[in-house]
Amino acid sequence: MLKAKNKLGLVFFPAFDWAISSTHPEREERLLYTQDQLFEEGIGDVEGIEFFNPAIANEKDIKRVHFCVPDVKSRVTQSHLISAGGVIKSLQMVMDKKVDKSFALTRPPGHHAQRVVYGDRGFCIVNMEAVAIEKIRQEYGNLRVAIIDTDCHHGDGTQDIYWNDKDTLLISFHQDGRTLYPGTGSIDEFGGPGGYGYNINIPLPPGTGEEGFLYVLDNIVMPILDDYKPDLIINSAGQDNHYTDPLTNMNFTAQGYAVLNHRLNPDVAVLEGGYSIEGALPYVNLGIILAMAGMDYSKVHEPDYDREKLKQSKDITEYIKKISNNVYSRWENRENLYIKDIKGMEYIQEQRQVYYDTDGIMESQVQNFKVCKKCSGVNTIDSRSDRRHHIFAITIPRDACSSCIDEGYKLYKNTANKYTNVYLQDRLNDEFLAK
Amino acid sequence: MIVGIDMGGTNIDGVIIEDGRIVKSIKKPTDRDNPFAAIYSTLKELLVDCDKSKIERINLSTTVSTNAIVENKTAPVGMIIQSGPGMTYDHLACGQENAFIKGYIDHRGNVVEELDISEIEDMAEKFTKEGIKACGIVTKFSTRNPQQEIYIRDILGDRFNTVTMGHTMSGKLNFPRRVYTSYLNCAVHSTFNDFAVNIKRALEKEGIDAPIFILKADGGTMTINSAEEKPVETILSGPAASFMGINALLPSDKDAILLDIGGTTTDIFFLADGIPLFEPLGIKIREYNTLVRSIYSLSVGLGGDSSIDIIDSNISIGPKREGKPYAFGGPKPTPTDAMITLELISYNEKHKDRANESMAELGEKLDLSVEETANLILETMGKMIKDKVDELLEEINSHPVYTIKELLYGKKLEPKLINVIGGPAKILAPILEKTLDLPCNYPSNYLVANAVGAALARPTMEITMHVDTSKKVLSVPELELYEKVSSRFNLEMAKEKALSLVRENAKSIGITSGNVDAEITEESSFNMVKGFYTSGKDIRVKAQIKPGLIEELRGDINA
Repeated sequence: MLKAKNKLGLVFFPAFDWAISSTHPEREERLLYTQDQLFEEGIGDVEGIEFFNPAIANEKDIKRVHFCVPDVKSRVTQSHLISAGGVIKSLQMVMDKKVDKSFALTRPPGHHAQRVVYGDRGFCIVNMEAVAIEKIRQEYGNLRVAIIDTDCHHGDGTQDIYWNDKDTLLISFHQDGRTLYPGTGSIDEFGGPGGYGYNINIPLPPGTGEEGFLYVLDNIVMPILDDYKPDLIINSAGQDNHYTDPLTNMNFTAQGYAVLNHRLNPDVAVLEGGYSIEGALPYVNLGIILAMAGMDYSKVHEPDYDREKLKQSKDITEYIKKISNNVYSRWENRENLYIKDIKGMEYIQEQRQVYYDTDGIMESQVQNFKVCKKCSGVNTIDSRSDRRHHIFAITIPRDACSSCIDEGYKLYKNTANKYTNVYLQDRLNDEFLAK
Repeated sequence: MIVGIDMGGTNIDGVIIEDGRIVKSIKKPTDRDNPFAAIYSTLKELLVDCDKSKIERINLSTTVSTNAIVENKTAPVGMIIQSGPGMTYDHLACGQENAFIKGYIDHRGNVVEELDISEIEDMAEKFTKEGIKACGIVTKFSTRNPQQEIYIRDILGDRFNTVTMGHTMSGKLNFPRRVYTSYLNCAVHSTFNDFAVNIKRALEKEGIDAPIFILKADGGTMTINSAEEKPVETILSGPAASFMGINALLPSDKDAILLDIGGTTTDIFFLADGIPLFEPLGIKIREYNTLVRSIYSLSVGLGGDSSIDIIDSNISIGPKREGKPYAFGGPKPTPTDAMITLELISYNEKHKDRANESMAELGEKLDLSVEETANLILETMGKMIKDKVDELLEEINSHPVYTIKELLYGKKLEPKLINVIGGPAKILAPILEKTLDLPCNYPSNYLVANAVGAALARPTMEITMHVDTSKKVLSVPELELYEKVSSRFNLEMAKEKALSLVRENAKSIGITSGNVDAEITEESSFNMVKGFYTSGKDIRVKAQIKPGLIEELRGDINA
């Protein structure tokens, strides 16, 4: 019988009874052909690969990460709690050493969900990885986590959530925001004062193929991970860099995804986007599973795979090298950049507009980060939506010093009357207030 | 009048059932080297003084195919395997010769790469030169599109005595299992067919023209003619006979734990609302995972004659049986010795003395009296069964589900009672009742339970339907049905069609009278979207005739 080198847990939950709408890319059919492929290959009979059901996340798990407006119940559906629960289960199994690695093939995805949630953006409402990581940190202590987001769209939700947290390194490589939703993800988005340098974006040009992705992996991601030494590596495994994806313009392949996961060697992978449900997902998912299980994936490829045709141009190769150099030198230089950009300031204010494409909501917000010498610093969001909400949200970070805690609670107590909702997220004491 | 024969590892049991009553039963030792002769002589003895014209059917549970596989006495097989891209499949090689051929079909049933005809011609020639007479053909995703398997069979023509195509084995998706199932089907083909021919001839000679059915691992039967086509379906029917026997003797329509406690092992089964729990994909025989539908059963090495040791001041029973119980001259103390000591089973003084001696020896190490030791052994046995049952239940209740509805509201197996048969059943029943905190029933006579189970098992079948309305194709691999449908075909129509197919085919599997109890077991329908428009529906339906009893036993057994 076939045996996996690494014991791999699969939380495969295709949610065959849930869709955003009947013809939406995020619909019941999305993982149907992946299931067919995995079943036909006999993945479940491989010794060391085991299927698990998801756990179900609860309201507190969501509040630990998000400010749902007006509340969790009205924004988050059962399907989101299950999808997040799938990632929680995946992380727990690895932490409990029941498996060596795990892969959560759950839907809906989550990496566009930011701290404030008025509705659905980029098919996401709840940030699955963040909800799971924060729960695991409550249960297993404050781990250093690296999230490698290989979805073709910038992981702007994850970036927003971990913007000010140096214990969570985010590396997102994605199609350049000037050519694709959500538009963010440039190199100079480098983190808040509490996590400056620990938010790394690598925007790639349309047409990037196997060579380019693996170049970035080998020359930026792996060296940075060697420096950072995380306790856990999570691959936010969007599969829309694939050459057949209907929403993007990249040339990545099932082989490429498999090689990437082999070299990256993540503890946990989480399915994000990827909407070529017939031509890509069955093969990409199979490739990732085999790579994570330490099995031979050399024969995994798509029906119309043509290596020559998918080769990236010389211009792209050169461009990617240039970007990579730039990104890596900023990483190496992060302490100097902090001194130059942040040191000496008391607060850092950032103003921006957020568009919820799926639900058509426009939000404008001002985030305010305290630059604190003792901790990551208390921070706040003043946010208004075109649905007449005007909220004020306060976050006390996990590593908060006593004065930041006091300041957070004081802010919550003395809020002006103009706000429709006020929230306090005390991550240190795992308490969440709303009024 | 129904005749049931169960051929087990040690004994052959036979029963005649008339109007729901067992009118005759018989037990004889098995002759492993000549199963036909053993069955024939059992039948002959059973049918002495019997009006043979009144026999409605003969149901046989036989180990012919099982033994051939387990003892490695199968025929040489040439396998033609097309694996396409995906996982590497060198480890799938089984049989005497394996040809991994070109060509490839994808998960939607599209032919991506054509066959290389000359490659197949060469292989066929090589196989025949080596004297191979059985050939299996399996392509990946052949259940979605069997075209290449059929084409290869046509190329082979009549060069082989038997050819098995993977898609005819099952409609379920699992390529490695389809390879093994097809291989085993080829490998036992001649053994089973020789047996079937002999049986048919012998019955003819006896002037019996009743239809003959063979028991399957799923607790149902098939006609002897279909068994000749798919002999692999006859493997491992023993536990199914015992399962059906428990159900006949102790009917239940609840969630239940069924136990068959023998001398060497305890078999554990489950009922869900009175319906047997199946293996999710199929049974495993030797190192081969198959797609042969089977009742979920687990055998643990714990029985009346299991040997007992003291390990770390604890009683440890089984999993080995090292001979007879100590009381009867065996080497080790056993639960049977404990039962004799406690005077729970009949004994003579000499046996009792020896049983007490063995208990005393164990008791010394545990600092317990002879009776205390014996009681502790039986309690431990109950506890071991409970632990195993709990472990299995947890596993069963966490089986993967794929919809929100199932995850939140899916059925969980919660046994309400225990039905137990076997030698120590009566003695262990009160102990199991206490340990598992569930009512525990046992029949007053269980000796020929397996033959009763075989006799009363009725025909079963399962079909897997897949409809792709954008391609306008409907397929049912088990029936080798591939036909065009309208693009407006929907789930309701599919369910209706599946049920009517099952009913139509009921006759061919031997259901000749009464209502056909067909039911839908799984159903789903997915919108297929191309771009932003619905291009069709992907419909999946499973239908079955579930295992059940031909008639209920009336009253207790009176052999």
